[in-house]
Amino acid sequence: MTDRELSETLPRTRAALAAWDGQGLPPETAFAALAQEAASALEERRIGALAQRLNFERSGLRALLLRTARAHDRLTAPYSESLPALDARWSDPEIWRLLQRAAGPTTSLYLLRALDLTRTAEGEFRRVDPEQAVFVTLFLRTLWVSVVVTGACLLLGWPVAACIAALRPPWSSVALLLVLMPFWSSVLVRSTAWFALLQREGPVNDLLILLGIVDAPLQLVGTRVAVLLSTIHILLPVAILPMVGVMTRLDRRHLLAAASLGAGPWLRFRRVWLPLSLPGILAGGAMTFLLAVGFYITPALLGGEKDQLVAWFIAQFLNRDVNWGMAAALSAYLLAMAGAVVALLRVLTGGTPTGARI
Amino acid sequence: MSPSRLLLGVSAGVLLFLSLPMIAVIWLSFSPTELLSFPPSGLSLRWYADFFVSDRWVMATRNSLLVGGATMAVATLLGTAAALGLHLGQFRGRALLLALLTLPMVTPFIVTAASMFFAFSLVGLAGTLPGLVLGHTVVAVPFVLVSVLASLATFDATLLRAASSLGATPWMAFRRVLLPRIWPGVAAGAVFAFATSLDEFVITLFLAGPGQFTLPRQMYANVREYMTPTILAAASLLFAVSVLLLLLTEALRRR
Repeated sequence: MTDRELSETLPRTRAALAAWDGQGLPPETAFAALAQEAASALEERRIGALAQRLNFERSGLRALLLRTARAHDRLTAPYSESLPALDARWSDPEIWRLLQRAAGPTTSLYLLRALDLTRTAEGEFRRVDPEQAVFVTLFLRTLWVSVVVTGACLLLGWPVAACIAALRPPWSSVALLLVLMPFWSSVLVRSTAWFALLQREGPVNDLLILLGIVDAPLQLVGTRVAVLLSTIHILLPVAILPMVGVMTRLDRRHLLAAASLGAGPWLRFRRVWLPLSLPGILAGGAMTFLLAVGFYITPALLGGEKDQLVAWFIAQFLNRDVNWGMAAALSAYLLAMAGAVVALLRVLTGGTPTGARI
Repeated sequence: MSPSRLLLGVSAGVLLFLSLPMIAVIWLSFSPTELLSFPPSGLSLRWYADFFVSDRWVMATRNSLLVGGATMAVATLLGTAAALGLHLGQFRGRALLLALLTLPMVTPFIVTAASMFFAFSLVGLAGTLPGLVLGHTVVAVPFVLVSVLASLATFDATLLRAASSLGATPWMAFRRVLLPRIWPGVAAGAVFAFATSLDEFVITLFLAGPGQFTLPRQMYANVREYMTPTILAAASLLFAVSVLLLLLTEALRRR
């Protein structure tokens, strides 16, 4: 990923560090360039992006950079002595090697950090500190929620699809319409609906108390259960529709043939129905999974801090933290996950979930 | 073979689960009080009145219709042109092009939204109305494309050659021969595009400027602030429009 903050803000420092072999401390030119360029960047108010970029790689560097920039008037040549006198960290070769690596034009910093990895000054990979290591857990959580949702949608959706395919008109159209209506209404509308239904004094709690399942209203909004329930509800039509498409085109004589050969209902299901409807199941499952891994609104509305998926973090990095590097790295991994699912489906069935044909 | 009792029972249960939440919300939106509990103590249009007199909601509705209309126009134009080119043209890489054009359908929305935010920020389109329309168009075009391609599948391309051999210009052949046969697909695609834009939220969240509240964005902001039945009225109205658009495409599909 691109890494331009240092070379744009401190071009002469970058040039001086490029010539340095990384052994011991850099030459005096690098110290001098840094002291002057940091000061002028601060004066022209363009130091923020670099300070944030460096602080993201190692916390404390923002303070160090700003402190150095502010102290410029008090610093005197030779800077290789006055800078370490101002802050002892300037005598640490590792800080300088970090600056050297940040020269760009590209960096693996964000892509590694999104996997909770970092690079030491020697270039070795290392796990980040436990309190910063959130992303592996995040991806596993996203994967887990998506798999559970996809499984539940297929399990609940299969009978509906089979039923729609087997019903006679006009009942098949009525049932299909009941699936299409939620499919067409927006995800936000349906998430909002669940938000209203799951309130403390809302209908779901009323029902639970009425049925005697609980004694006092439960806090449902902000829990994993709420996220799973509403996500399954929202994605169910996505799983059903491709299955209906495949099942209505099935040749029902296969089932009759199996029955006439003495196969019982379970055997007919397992050996005939299931294999024949497999392309629909795979397409429906793939589409559900693709939408689930990128789900944003529903967990944001109905989940708590610990129920947020990758999409929420992308939004946070973009809108709140203005850390585009992390947002892009997480997006790239999410896209890779989606690409893997599409590729897998292509291998298994020879088609894409959109079903578009020329 | 008719479905077994077990299959019917399970399906009915799942369909009930699918329908009940929206039915409950629509019912609650007519509640005369602010309480969101069942059953509402009566029926009133109070929250709908609230919706239609509130400046914020009216503004959001106006923005949604504006963006939806513009998206529909641009996406229908681009999607139809792309479908015609893919169907009638003979060139290498058609399958690849189709895959690329339908890519937004299989890309997680948040990734599409984030990528567009990066790209539009570079050229100064982020936070502008044209940028928002363009963003919605990107996700709407594949629906138009697929819909028009489906209707082109039954179109006999030799008719176009017949028309041109009789002296028709390409534009005349398109308007008098092709369009009358594929218009249901084009119209259904246009409805798809409008519905996509009307419901779109994630892209709007990133690309819309501070003042550009569409209906979904206004809803989201309100839900997080304070849950009132006015939001449910808005949700019910959006749902009603979605169902109307669905019935419209079904009617078009039958033609």
